[in-house]
Amino acid sequence: MAQQMENSAAQTTVYLLGIGAIGPGFDGWPALRAILREEEAWSRTTTRIPVLQVLPAAERRRVGIVVKLALAVGLEAARHADRDPALLASVFSASNAEGENCHALCDALAGDDRFISPTRFHNSVHNASSGYWSIATGCMAPSTSLCAFDASFSAGLLEAAMQVAGNGEDCLLVVHDSIYPHPLGSVRPMLDNMGIGLVLSAQPAAHALARLDLSLSENPPTLAPLEKLAALQGGTPSGRALPLLHAVATARHASVDLEYLAPLSLRIGVSPCH
Amino acid sequence: MLPHDATRTPLPPLHLSAMSLSSSLGHGLNATLGALRESRSGLSERPFETVDLATWIGHVDSVDDVMLPAHLAHFNCRNNRLAWLALQQDGLMETLQAARARHGASRIGIFLGTSTSGILETEQAFRRRDENGNLPPDFNYRETHNTFSIADFVRHALALEGPALVVSTACSSSAKAFGNAQRMIAAGFIDAAIVGGVDSLCLTTLYGFHSLQLLSTEPCKPYDATRNGLSIGEAAAFVLLERVDVHGSKNDDVLLLGVGESADAHHMSAPHPEGLGARVAMRTALQRAGLQPGDIDYINLHGTATPSNDAAEARAVAAEFGMATPCSSTKGATGHTLGAAGGAEAIISALSLKHGFMPGGLNVTQLDPELQVNYQSENRNAPLRHVLSNSFGFGGTNCSLVLGRRGEY
Repeated sequence: MAQQMENSAAQTTVYLLGIGAIGPGFDGWPALRAILREEEAWSRTTTRIPVLQVLPAAERRRVGIVVKLALAVGLEAARHADRDPALLASVFSASNAEGENCHALCDALAGDDRFISPTRFHNSVHNASSGYWSIATGCMAPSTSLCAFDASFSAGLLEAAMQVAGNGEDCLLVVHDSIYPHPLGSVRPMLDNMGIGLVLSAQPAAHALARLDLSLSENPPTLAPLEKLAALQGGTPSGRALPLLHAVATARHASVDLEYLAPLSLRIGVSPCH
Repeated sequence: MLPHDATRTPLPPLHLSAMSLSSSLGHGLNATLGALRESRSGLSERPFETVDLATWIGHVDSVDDVMLPAHLAHFNCRNNRLAWLALQQDGLMETLQAARARHGASRIGIFLGTSTSGILETEQAFRRRDENGNLPPDFNYRETHNTFSIADFVRHALALEGPALVVSTACSSSAKAFGNAQRMIAAGFIDAAIVGGVDSLCLTTLYGFHSLQLLSTEPCKPYDATRNGLSIGEAAAFVLLERVDVHGSKNDDVLLLGVGESADAHHMSAPHPEGLGARVAMRTALQRAGLQPGDIDYINLHGTATPSNDAAEARAVAAEFGMATPCSSTKGATGHTLGAAGGAEAIISALSLKHGFMPGGLNVTQLDPELQVNYQSENRNAPLRHVLSNSFGFGGTNCSLVLGRRGEY
């Protein structure tokens, strides 16, 4: 019991300055926001991978769809937050970051000649999106790449908040999911490719969207905000953010518990800034 | 002024209160220290799996003899078996269980690095696909292949219920994990953390580095004029980090003083030629530790033995430290253990501090005169106050750790 009280005592506060979102049926935060506000119905259409406007042409040709998606939601979040991406620390978090490259490498290594493309190999690292982000933005600030399976959103958000608290600097969080081709796709099914970007700050900037008070709880995770979004929330690790994003979209005070590592959930007190 | 230069406020130092390392040098701290003192390399030309490359590897013996306990059997893969071996050394399992009893199961975090997790299982399973391309039914994706597997495994092995994550930033992974722990302990979310990392031999990295022409056909020769690539090794490195107990601590206790992280913003698989990102990481780690370059008595280099890594790192070290600070790479002994390298070399640095011992870099035939640093190719005994350890990786990710002896504070 003393332990639980200690857990509930540890809390950290960050301000949410901007959001980026791309996934099945939404091409940006305004589209997802409208769905969460029930101004638009969600239709589960295949995620559209954006055309990148950043990176030198040679690099742009080489990157996979998930890197494109991660960079696009990061840039959208930075723009929304009115922050220079070159100055943001960043946390990238994913359950499976590079599905296509992973499949291609395992397939080639199972063959006879075992020839693998060097570009594919260095693009297969879990931190490919983080690496290309820093190349695209010229950002030399600390950047990390995390994994916590289905808890990858909460683990990423918690670490981004720790970066803000520890360094006092603004931090970009990008949580991105990539679907595997068959056969890995059958043992790790995922609804679709998806990415969520958040810019967090220690300071309540004038245009901040919400104050987030983060702590650990042992409450069960909050259910999907709208019943028809349950497939999105349960079908992708980044979708686990929906209860938080719903509270922000509808600008209401709320306490949500996001799926983390049993028995823990990540409790977030959401206070709109407007 | 370097890019992303800012004044850093130190976070409270942490005590490396327990640790162990299993690598090609042997199992446990005594075996590791003994091999280093004897200048013995763990690299060999032994065959691995079905690999048909001319290369030397740092292979850990007896990984395949490990039988995981029944309640952990679904985690069975080379990476987790190697982790299990390391947990059995130096009384680590008992120490961690005692820490659990002392702090509470939810007050200990797990922050571990890996680059390839248990992908060897997947590589083998792909060879056993059925006529429809399906993987065999005995394949466990979540517990073996997924990058989180190693943290999940340790969390289950020790019945811990606190925060956990895996850092996967290629070859800086397990160094960066020390930063995760330091931040989360400082924020009061946890009281202790298990950090380090585990990476194990697999076809992906052996054939991958071969495809990039970064794999040497000889034992790797860091900082040598004729260096021609790296030798891949495997290792499991675990460290328990706790707050410094001002009453109970001893003078030779080793502390984590500072962590510096940066990105190169340059290229996916080549370092910035001037080592700009490396300089930012080293400088930040010093600022975080509240130290000056002259306070560092030994640098454990990243030193992979690829021509470009060692050249860029040497430029960065010379720019920040000048030419006097003794330094060496221990990868000629262990091989490059990739995602475990940062943790393994933090442990070697801690042994250096404790025993007043700088391990000489192995396999040097002729030091590269272009590399203007004080490279140690022979073992040397000298009292050490502070050690800096470098880890850099694909994607231009850099991390430097500063460790020091308690007696200096």
